[in-house]
Amino acid sequence: MATTITKPETLFGKRVRRQEDPRLITGTALYLDDLKMPGMHHACVVRSPHAAAKIRGIDTSAARALPGVAAIFTGADVTGLGAVPCAASIPGLRVPHHHLLAQDRVYYVGHPVAVVVGTDRYIARDAAELVEVDYEPTAAVADPEKALAAGAPAVHPEWPDNVAFNFHQEGGDTEEAFRQADVVVRQRITSQRLIPTSIETRGVIAEWRAGERSLTLHSSTQIPHLLRTLVAGILGMPENLLRVITPEVGGGFGSKLNVYAEEALMAYIAMKINKPVKWVESRRENFQATIHGRGHVDYFELAALRDGTILGLKLKLIQDLGAYHQLLTPVIPTLSVLMMPGLYRFKNVNADVVGVFTNCVPTDAYRGAGRPEATHGIERMVDMLAQELKMDPAEIRLKNFVHADEFPYGTATGLTYDSGDYAKPLHKAMAEAGYEQLRREQAAARAEGRLVGIGLSTYGEICALGPSIALPAGGWESATVKVEPSGKVTVLTGASPHGQGEETTFAQIVADELGVPMDDVLVVHGDTAVVQYGIGTFGSRGTAVGGSALYYALQDLKAKMKKFGAMMLGTEQVNFSGGYCVDEATGKSVTFAEMAVAAYHAKKLPANTEPGLVATHFWEPPNFTFPFGAHLVVTEVDRETGAIEIKRYVCVDDIGRIINPLIVDGQVHGGVAQGLGQALWEQAVYDESGQLVSGELTDYALPRASRMPWIESSHTETPSPVNPLGVKGVGEAGTIGCSPAVVNSVVDALSPLGVRHIDMPLTPEKIWKLIEGARA
Amino acid sequence: MKQTLTLTINGKSYSDEVEPRLLLIHYLREVAGLTGPHIGCETSICGACTVMLDGMAVKSCTMFAVQAEGRSVLTIEGLAQNGKLDPLQEAFWNEHALQCGFCTPGMIMTARQLLADNPSPSEQEIRHGLEGNLCRCTGYQHIVNAVKAVAKAGGA
Amino acid sequence: MISNAFSYHTPETLEEALAMLEDGGGKILAGGMSLIPLMKLRLASPESVVDLRRIPGLKAITEEGGAVRIGAMATHHEIEISPVIRGKCPLLGEAASAIGDIQVRNMGTIGGSVAHADPAADYPAALVALEARIRLRSANGERTVEASEFFVDAFTTAMEAGEIVVAIEVKEEEASEGFKYEKVAHPASGFPVVGVAVRVKKSGAGIAMARIGVTGMGPHAFRARNAEALLEGGAGAAAAAAVVGEGEETNSDLYASGEYRRHLARVHAGRAIAAALTRAL
Repeated sequence: MATTITKPETLFGKRVRRQEDPRLITGTALYLDDLKMPGMHHACVVRSPHAAAKIRGIDTSAARALPGVAAIFTGADVTGLGAVPCAASIPGLRVPHHHLLAQDRVYYVGHPVAVVVGTDRYIARDAAELVEVDYEPTAAVADPEKALAAGAPAVHPEWPDNVAFNFHQEGGDTEEAFRQADVVVRQRITSQRLIPTSIETRGVIAEWRAGERSLTLHSSTQIPHLLRTLVAGILGMPENLLRVITPEVGGGFGSKLNVYAEEALMAYIAMKINKPVKWVESRRENFQATIHGRGHVDYFELAALRDGTILGLKLKLIQDLGAYHQLLTPVIPTLSVLMMPGLYRFKNVNADVVGVFTNCVPTDAYRGAGRPEATHGIERMVDMLAQELKMDPAEIRLKNFVHADEFPYGTATGLTYDSGDYAKPLHKAMAEAGYEQLRREQAAARAEGRLVGIGLSTYGEICALGPSIALPAGGWESATVKVEPSGKVTVLTGASPHGQGEETTFAQIVADELGVPMDDVLVVHGDTAVVQYGIGTFGSRGTAVGGSALYYALQDLKAKMKKFGAMMLGTEQVNFSGGYCVDEATGKSVTFAEMAVAAYHAKKLPANTEPGLVATHFWEPPNFTFPFGAHLVVTEVDRETGAIEIKRYVCVDDIGRIINPLIVDGQVHGGVAQGLGQALWEQAVYDESGQLVSGELTDYALPRASRMPWIESSHTETPSPVNPLGVKGVGEAGTIGCSPAVVNSVVDALSPLGVRHIDMPLTPEKIWKLIEGARA
Repeated sequence: MKQTLTLTINGKSYSDEVEPRLLLIHYLREVAGLTGPHIGCETSICGACTVMLDGMAVKSCTMFAVQAEGRSVLTIEGLAQNGKLDPLQEAFWNEHALQCGFCTPGMIMTARQLLADNPSPSEQEIRHGLEGNLCRCTGYQHIVNAVKAVAKAGGA
Repeated sequence: MISNAFSYHTPETLEEALAMLEDGGGKILAGGMSLIPLMKLRLASPESVVDLRRIPGLKAITEEGGAVRIGAMATHHEIEISPVIRGKCPLLGEAASAIGDIQVRNMGTIGGSVAHADPAADYPAALVALEARIRLRSANGERTVEASEFFVDAFTTAMEAGEIVVAIEVKEEEASEGFKYEKVAHPASGFPVVGVAVRVKKSGAGIAMARIGVTGMGPHAFRARNAEALLEGGAGAAAAAAVVGEGEETNSDLYASGEYRRHLARVHAGRAIAAALTRAL
């Protein structure tokens, strides 16, 4: 037994490099398409080239005749199976039956019509081309406002108005607020459709073991357990005979927080052909058939007093749903409504949402999921109000922020903000950027005729999704910690990370709590046969909810280890610290490894204590967390071409306590890149006939290294009282804070020309036309 | 009709019967069993499939395997020697230049040529040099840092 | 995406290659940067693919008697780093450097690029400004076509069936010339929305010679002869740039309308002229 103990440094807050990286940087990590099964077949999905059409018939004979083709499935084969699920429960929601394959009609370009299975992917591709589908094209509508107009083509003939649902929420007395107002600013603001574009597309392998009647589904998903429950439901098979494994997942951003037709289809096909079957999405399919994000047309009205005090907000939100509801499609705009008050004190909000069917692929959760749209809107409106009142945009924000002493703060939309000090990151961002100096430089530049802008956004967001009451399938998370007999530690987390680095942050938490080296900790996730039920990684919940579950499991485990330690030391009172149990009275101690051995060898057990060292905790969060921050962007617009240059990007994000600053920086940078993508480049464009014009990466512009500015990122740290770690979540902060700051900056640059608002993306031609318009 | 393809990959010689239309990326991944290079698009934009062909970075999704006849291919699997990581791999790890990791093998191969052509690149030169590789996770800043770190330490 | 099946050939001589093209079902493969994506999308499905890479001499970049000859199989990267190009026709090197990304420049060839005649390719602007000649070989022998006559329309050249691009020939730029290739890259594809290549030679305070090539604006690259004439006539850069693209057709897509492209061509012509003038001795 040791007697001298040196307390190891804590890893909480340290820039620790990641545990997951060795396999990723050596090319040895296994993603879905890297897996091969004996006898594996390959599937190719035949998709509709039309946005709307009746299917008169399908002739598969030529395809079937091709050597190597094992089977072909069409709509008729899957009529009796369950539908692609939607978990939303909005009163009066119209839910079209979302068959796994189109039945008598197709509703969007990319709609799956048939599946061809061959012995290799080249054969499947060749055969897919030989499937003859006889379509009778019908009128399509791809624009949500046009879909609402009288006489628009009906996406689903049974609902000629194309309205899937209406949703209303209000708080306070908005009418009274508008009566009291000195000024009301109004603006139509769009958040264009975006394509999430994880660099790894979706993919599925299904393996059927006929003898066991069991099915293993490997899928590139963010939600293995939910996928298992829901696919079992679609197929009508016992959930415990379905195993879902997520291999390495090459990015998701919400697009893999879903249950897709192909996942159930491959499971079904594997059973039918009694062979493993693989399907990997092409990029074109990914653009056509994986969910898109955003797709808002928002009509805002903001009421204020002349001194800049905001009184209330009205919103009419038109959500482009696409042709079907995917898992959370109708829920997303309701999140926007929740976030409408932003960081501000006004208590009067009145929002009407209309969810509209269009002949497009469904929208659903994409990084931020409803919150970027809301933040973009409110932050643009606040800037427009400042412009109207000739106030500085920082001053108007500071005037309206919820005060630091008002937390927990109840909002007009029924949320309780957990903690905050909203002025702090704004002051910090302004100090780091040198705000006063920037304004002086801007004045000088304007005097020379240059178009220089300074834009701010101060955002709040809803993270750590979330209390179960707010999530259709529950909002808790689970963790199991096992100390093995050798003293090594295995963590099973129900959150299923896919790039966020929880294998590292969780190991940091374990190392601190148990006093073991990080390298002794293995974090396992993404296999429903190994890991207890969990919800998944999305909505910045991995660490805030999953990490908290882990924290509590560790406390249970420590309590048990202390019992063993006390027994071994022959005392009642021991401290557990730094990997030892210490009898404070004598200074004697037992090591972690000694306790592990004792617990498993079980020659002697503490009273009322079972052998083994395993603890599982399912943690239900009492509330969301509410990160916040300030982004400040300096831009210059080329007066001749409309091109935008980002000259400075300064962001201060308060995401609660920070476990690993290196990982947090990465999340912020990546988030900002996606926000910039929306602000400047990205847009999913359907033409009038419903063709996806931005159909490949040659047309849909992702941020590239050469177009990204240097991001000056820093933080303030206001711990969340909601969870034991004090963390809030960082996955979406960068994205949410970014787009309004960029647009505010460019509008500021163009404000001398009388420009008040510009919709995203801010393409050079759009800007050039504004400049030309002002000249004319 | 299949034909014989003989080439060297990561210093090892391979010979297989292949269809002319077999893409190099499919040959590497499915015939040679080297799944480090990935497929992220089919239009020669994303660069996840980047490997080195006779020392030059190329997108193996836009090349038929038969075009590599008699040539030498280096994939991400061939970088670490005797378990020792290549300086770029080490730097990507240290600088947190990856998140989901899917673009990483291609990104590292392109960075390798970037540094071979220009051993002390500026930030803008690094960004320009990585034009052919998309990353959706990192915002590129840590990738730039990683390449800078290797340049500073004297190259790849 | 996977192409249709085809047979693959690697002839050792041009004669052999030409013979393989005789039945009309074959396509020449150089670097593959244009052909392979088309085949993968099944927009092209040739019965046979004739890869020129084994034919000796097609890659060489040489100079002789005041002219530079660039073999059709020279890659963009070989061109951008070639000392001959840097010394004798640096405008072409600048255009080569602007193409796509390093992986594309490592594989793509100048012969493949000009034969494909993408309306948004980078080279054609430089080639027309350089008054380059495209050397073609067929079973009937060789001929050359002026670059400005070669690019006929989008994806359409003056080549006839059975012809192969074997080289690009360019007169040396004079050492006193200034040059500049200006490009507005499409944010997704990297192709020029508009690319302008300019050569100028000063004469005292005036301009003795001006050549302006424009790509991306319309269905094919063209020389802005009206602007050249204005410059040579002493009209000044702004006046010359303002007429670039006059009377020419324009392309438009999601990202940029024809009107905007024409405007960009003029703005960037102005900037390229200014930059070229600062480089001219």
